[in-house]
Amino acid sequence: MDKENLKPQEPTPPEPINDSKFINIYLVPILAVVTALILGAFIIWWVGGNPLLAYKGLLQGAFGSVRALSETTVWASPYIFAGLAVAVGFKGGLFNIGGEGQLAFGAVAASWAGYALPGIFHAQIPPILHILLSVGIGMLAGAIWGGIPGYLKAKTGAHEVINTIMMNYIALNLTSFLLNGPMKDPSPSNVIARTPLIAESARIPAIFPNYRFHWGFILALALAFGVWWLLWKTRLGFEIRTTGLNPDAAKYAGIDVAKTIVIAMSLSGALAGLAGAIEVTALNYRHELGFSSGYGFDAIAIALLGKNHPLGVVLASLLFAAMRNGATKMQFLTQIPVDIISIIQALILLFVSADAIVRYIYRIRTPQERVVYTRGWGK
Amino acid sequence: MDTVLEVKGITKKFPGVLANDHVDFNLRKGEIHALLGENGAGKSTLMNIIYGLTSPDDGEILINGKATHFHSPKDAIACGIGMVHQHFMLVPVFTVAENIMLGSEKLRNGVLDIVQVNKDLKELSTQYGLEIDPTSLVHDLPVGIQQRVEIIKALYRKAEILILDEPTAVLTPQEVEDLFIIIRKLVDQGISVIFITHKLKEVLSIADRITVMRGGKVIATDDPKQTNEQALASQMVGRTVILKVDKTPAKPGDVVLSVKDLHVQDDRKIETVRGVSFEVRKGEILGIAGVQGNGQTELAEAMTGLRHAISGEIRIQDQNVFNHPPRDLVEKGMGHIPEDRQKHGFVMQYPISDNLVLCSYYVSPFCRRGVLQNSAIGTNAENLIKRFDIRTPSPYVPTSKLSGGNQQKVIVARELSRNIKFLVANQPTRGLDVGSIEYIHHEIVQMRDEGIGVVLISAELDEIMALSDRIAVMYHGEIVAILPADKVTREELGLMMAGSLKPEVSTI
Repeated sequence: MDKENLKPQEPTPPEPINDSKFINIYLVPILAVVTALILGAFIIWWVGGNPLLAYKGLLQGAFGSVRALSETTVWASPYIFAGLAVAVGFKGGLFNIGGEGQLAFGAVAASWAGYALPGIFHAQIPPILHILLSVGIGMLAGAIWGGIPGYLKAKTGAHEVINTIMMNYIALNLTSFLLNGPMKDPSPSNVIARTPLIAESARIPAIFPNYRFHWGFILALALAFGVWWLLWKTRLGFEIRTTGLNPDAAKYAGIDVAKTIVIAMSLSGALAGLAGAIEVTALNYRHELGFSSGYGFDAIAIALLGKNHPLGVVLASLLFAAMRNGATKMQFLTQIPVDIISIIQALILLFVSADAIVRYIYRIRTPQERVVYTRGWGK
Repeated sequence: MDTVLEVKGITKKFPGVLANDHVDFNLRKGEIHALLGENGAGKSTLMNIIYGLTSPDDGEILINGKATHFHSPKDAIACGIGMVHQHFMLVPVFTVAENIMLGSEKLRNGVLDIVQVNKDLKELSTQYGLEIDPTSLVHDLPVGIQQRVEIIKALYRKAEILILDEPTAVLTPQEVEDLFIIIRKLVDQGISVIFITHKLKEVLSIADRITVMRGGKVIATDDPKQTNEQALASQMVGRTVILKVDKTPAKPGDVVLSVKDLHVQDDRKIETVRGVSFEVRKGEILGIAGVQGNGQTELAEAMTGLRHAISGEIRIQDQNVFNHPPRDLVEKGMGHIPEDRQKHGFVMQYPISDNLVLCSYYVSPFCRRGVLQNSAIGTNAENLIKRFDIRTPSPYVPTSKLSGGNQQKVIVARELSRNIKFLVANQPTRGLDVGSIEYIHHEIVQMRDEGIGVVLISAELDEIMALSDRIAVMYHGEIVAILPADKVTREELGLMMAGSLKPEVSTI
C-alpha cells in the first residue's frame, strides 16, 4: 500500500519539526562530545589521574594564554581546510579518505614551487606572485590527486574509498622517495628527509612576531564561508548536492553526473592540497616527512562531527585543535599521557557515528519518526 | 457466522497525525472483507497493528473472541494471521520450497528436510487448488505465480486469516481473474480474507463486505450488492467524485515526437524493447498499455535520455535526438513525469522550492552568472503551489514530508509549468488517491488541449481507457497494436496485454 499513509490527505499537513535548526542538527554532536569527555574522565580516574586537574590542564594548554590560543589556531588551520575537503566530498556523495595523500602532495608541490621556481625562471619572483604560485600549485597537485579517483569513479564505477586509500599509499611513498632523493635538502648538515627551505618570496609573512598564528587560519575561516556559499548559493553547488543526495534525480534533471563527481573530488582534493600548501608557505617554510600528524584522517572525524557543514567543520576543527594543543600541557601537569586525547577523540567519533547511542542515553526523539513497515508504491 | 477477528476502538497516533481513530473492524469466518481507502486513510496502519508490526495506543484485538496482544508478527502468525505484502518478500534465487520454509525451516538430523517440505506443499496445493512446482526457482516464475507462492507461504504457516495488501497491483487482468478464483476457493475452505485495495471495480466483484476508511476513521461498511462505484468513491474521498474524465475529441496537429525501430536493453543486457515505432502528434494522448515489465520502463528511459538505446531513431519534430542527454531533450521541449518518482522525480531532502526548479535551476531567472537566485526560486514555488494546489505549510518544507499525492503534484507542477512540446507521463498516478488522480488526469487532458503531445504509459487499463486518444499495446518489448481508443474494448486490450490476442490489422 501507500508509503506516506500516515498522514491524512486533508487538511494541509501540520508544520513538521524543523530539522534544519542549528540546535537540532548539532544536538547529537554536542552531546557526543560531552559524553566522550565524561567517559574520558572515568578513564583518567581509572589510570590513577585526577580528571578535573587533567581537564583544567587541557583547557589551560588550549586557551590559557595568548600563546596557547595562537597554537590552537595553528592546529586548527589544516584541520579546517582538510575538514572542508571531506565535507565537500560528502556533499557530492563521495567519501574522500585520501585527504592525507592529497595534503602531502599539496605540501610537496608547494615546497617545490617555493624553492625551485626562482631557479627555473632565473629570476626573483615578486612575493605576492610567488606565494600565489606556490599555493596554487599545491592546490592543483591536491586537485589532481583527488580528481583521479573521481575520474575512475565517474568512468568505471571504481569505488572512491578504495581508490583514495590506494592513492594515499602512492602519495606517501612517493613523498618519502622525493624527500629522501631528488628533493632532499642538500645542505651538508642535513640528515632528515625534508625539502630545502622555500624562498623568502614564497613565504606568507607572519602577522605577529613571536607568535605562530598565521594568515592560514584567517584564510581557513574565509574559505569555510566560501565553501558554504559555493555549496548552497551557486549552480555548481546545487549540482554537487543534487548528485550527492540522489544521482538518479540529478541525471533526470540534466546534470552531468560524471562531470560533477570529478569536479567534487577535484575540489575536495584541492582543499586538502591547500591544507598542505599553507603549512609549507605560512608555517614551516619547507616540507618534512611526517609533519602531517594525520590531519587527513582526523579531517574525516571533523567532517562527521561537523555534520558536513562548513560552520560545523570550523567548530569541530577548533575542538580537535584545542584538544591536541592542550594535551601536552595536560601531560606536563598531570603526567597523564597525551594518548588519552586520542581515546576521547575516538569516543566522540564513535558517538557521532552511532548516534542511536546518544539518542538513547539522552532520550532524544529521532527528527521525524517514520514508521513504515509495508513497503509501498514508488519504491 | 462466527467472527474470527475483531478490533475495537483501535487508536494510533503518529507525531502530528492520528493514523487510526477509534477504528472498529471485524472479519467473519469464510468471508472476503475488502478494506477500501485512499492513501493515508489508515489502512496500512490498521493492518500493521493486526499483523503485530506496530502496537496501538488504545483499543483491543480479539481473535476468535479472545483478547490478544501482539508484540511482533511472530505472535500474529502463531494466531493464524498471514499477510501477503504488495511487494513480495521472496528470495529470487531460491526455489519455491526454500522460500516457503524460510523462517520456519524444517530440520532432520541438523540438515534442511526439503523432501518433507515438498511433500507438505503437494498436500497444500491439492487441498486449496494452488498448483505450484516446489522445485522451480522463484525468479523464473511470472508475477502471478510468485504471488501464489506468497499465499502458500502464509497457508504453510497455518494461516486462517489472510491479509492481501493491494494484491492486484502487479497483475494482468487475466491473472487478476485467476487470483479471484483462488481467493474464492480459499474462502470455501474456511479461510477468511482481508482484501486491501483502492480499486473500486475489484471490491465490487470479489468482496462480501466493504469497509471504507478515510482520515483514520471507518466511514462505512457496505454490502457490495447495495452500493456502486460512484457511492464508494464518494465515501473514500468525502465528496462527490467525477470518475469519468471529461474530454472532447482530440484535434491532433503535426507530429512532435517520433520513435522508429527502437531497441533498448535493460540493466541485465537483455533486450526489452524490440523494435518499437510510433508517432505522437501535438494535441493528442497516445496511451501505451501493457503489464509492468514488458519494456515500458526501458522505452520511457530511452525516450527521455536516461538510458542508452542500442539502435533506432528518436526525433523531436525534425531534430534527431537519439541518445541525446536529458538536458538536451528538456531544452528541446520534453516534459517527463518519471515512473519512480522518489528515484528520479525529486530529491527528497530538498525543499519543495528547489525541487520545483530541478530541471531549470541553471537558467534565468533562477540562476544568474552561476549564482542561484533564491528570491526567483521562492516566487516560482509560491506560484506553482497555488496554481497546482500543492498542500504544504510552506515552500521550504522538505519534499519528503509531503504525502505521495502532493509529491506527485510537485513533479507535475514542475514539468507542466515549463514550456514543453511533449510530455512523457510514466505511471503518473500510481499509488495516488482518487482525489489526486482526478486532478492529475484533468491537468494532462488540459495540456493536450493546449496542443502538447502526450505519451501516457500506464499499467492501469482504466487510466489508459479514460485518457488516451490512441492506444498502443506493448507486449514482450514490442508494440502489438496501435488502435483508436474508441475502437477497442477493455477485454480486447486485456487479451492483447497478455499476448493472447494478436490483432489482424493494426491501425496506425
